[in-house]
Amino acid sequence: MAGVTAQSAPSAPSAPTAPSAERTAWQVAAGVVDPELPMLTLRDLGVLREVQVSDDGAVVASITPTYSGCPAMATMRDDLVRTLRAAGFADVSVRVVLEPPWTTDQITAEGRAALADAGISAPGTAPRHEGPVALNLGPIRRAVRCPRCGSGDVRLVSEFGSTACKAQYSCRACWEPFDHVKEI
Amino acid sequence: MPEIHTHTPDAHDSAYDGLLVDDAHWAFGTDFEDPLAGVDTSVPDDVDAGALATYCLMLGDDALVLSQRLAEWCSNAPDLEEDIALANIALDLLGQARLLLARAAAADPSLVPALPDGSPVPDEDRLAFFRDEAQFRNVRLAEVPNGDFAEVIARVLLFSTWRLALFEQLRHSRDAVLAAVAAKGVKELAYHRDFSGRWFVTLARGTEESRRRLLTALDDLWPLWPELLATHPVEQQVASARVGVAPSTVAAQAEVILEQVFAAGDVTRPERPAMGGVAGGTGRDGRHTETMGRLLAEMQVVARAHPEGLW
Repeated sequence: MAGVTAQSAPSAPSAPTAPSAERTAWQVAAGVVDPELPMLTLRDLGVLREVQVSDDGAVVASITPTYSGCPAMATMRDDLVRTLRAAGFADVSVRVVLEPPWTTDQITAEGRAALADAGISAPGTAPRHEGPVALNLGPIRRAVRCPRCGSGDVRLVSEFGSTACKAQYSCRACWEPFDHVKEI
Repeated sequence: MPEIHTHTPDAHDSAYDGLLVDDAHWAFGTDFEDPLAGVDTSVPDDVDAGALATYCLMLGDDALVLSQRLAEWCSNAPDLEEDIALANIALDLLGQARLLLARAAAADPSLVPALPDGSPVPDEDRLAFFRDEAQFRNVRLAEVPNGDFAEVIARVLLFSTWRLALFEQLRHSRDAVLAAVAAKGVKELAYHRDFSGRWFVTLARGTEESRRRLLTALDDLWPLWPELLATHPVEQQVASARVGVAPSTVAAQAEVILEQVFAAGDVTRPERPAMGGVAGGTGRDGRHTETMGRLLAEMQVVARAHPEGLW
């Protein structure tokens, strides 16, 4: 593994200097899109946690999984490595961060707008599970509005949409079927 | 006159050639992915690495083996919605299993089966595919053969109610990796428990036939419930070191939730004696039911045929 903090002790200014290289690397990494929600960048999705560049130019990007079994993690990692390499960073590694766990609350305002533009309903506030988790045997209720016409008169069609992290709804006002990113 | 193309024998002969021009584009087959890549896996002070690793195997094997059983439901559930729901639960458990097996391997590499020199098989896969039955530490509830839809609902309810109660406490583990795995798992298990709880009540209050099937399934699984609440010496050891959770300490919490579901479905708690051990041991000791060998044979056969394969 490329050492994140491995640097020669008395740091002589190297070219490119780490702060500006770090800014560039962050911008490049932040532009990589999610494989399943390509209207969202990894930054907007909230899975890109940090990008560090050491004095020798090695880049370490940190990402966090959405779900424990998220099948897109390997693709995200490969996309990050490929994109950063194409931008001129030769030594790129991606590390996993598990703490704090990802929640849909980490989707940025820009990300929510991009979802709505793509006809996908953005998640509401995620439930907090600090203490014991209460049992819920009732129907699943979410405050969802149709991304097309804005009506709140919508109907849950399926707990699973085009991907397992989305539920499928249908609007009773305009009849548009749409995906809703589930709060987690 | 249109240009005429003739077949060039050195191009397009293999459909795969074009795919492999830049293999960085492909997630699978480039190099394996370590689910704990870059995560600090050092063992906390005063914690026995072997016990921690064995404990991770226990929790990881529970998830892996039930995930395998749930995956058998793929394309066999009553309708598409529940088919995807069961596959989704299986995927969550598989993700938890990967993290836990990788954590076990990092804590105590001596537990990882040896393969021929140069084998690219990562540690988590070595643990999943190259251990024998007696080395698996899962509870037997995870392994018993699938029944009907009522049976899978009852099984997921028992399993997720228990595991969620464990993970709620495990979030406070002194082992940062286990704490993080648990914090993530709680959200997933909450969904598994609500999903199975709703279906439990629906079947219990549905038709005479659905109720009959549900009660039969619950009765058949009930002898395996006490094993979940028993505390194995390894679990006691890691609980004392405040890295693990003794199941006996979450028994009351799990029972309260089950009683709520039973009450909603007008179901009486079964009265059946616990299933006995095999040669004095249960799943946590590596003593399994007859079906476990067949489950592993199916799960492991391809990996074992190619110990130097890369997937």
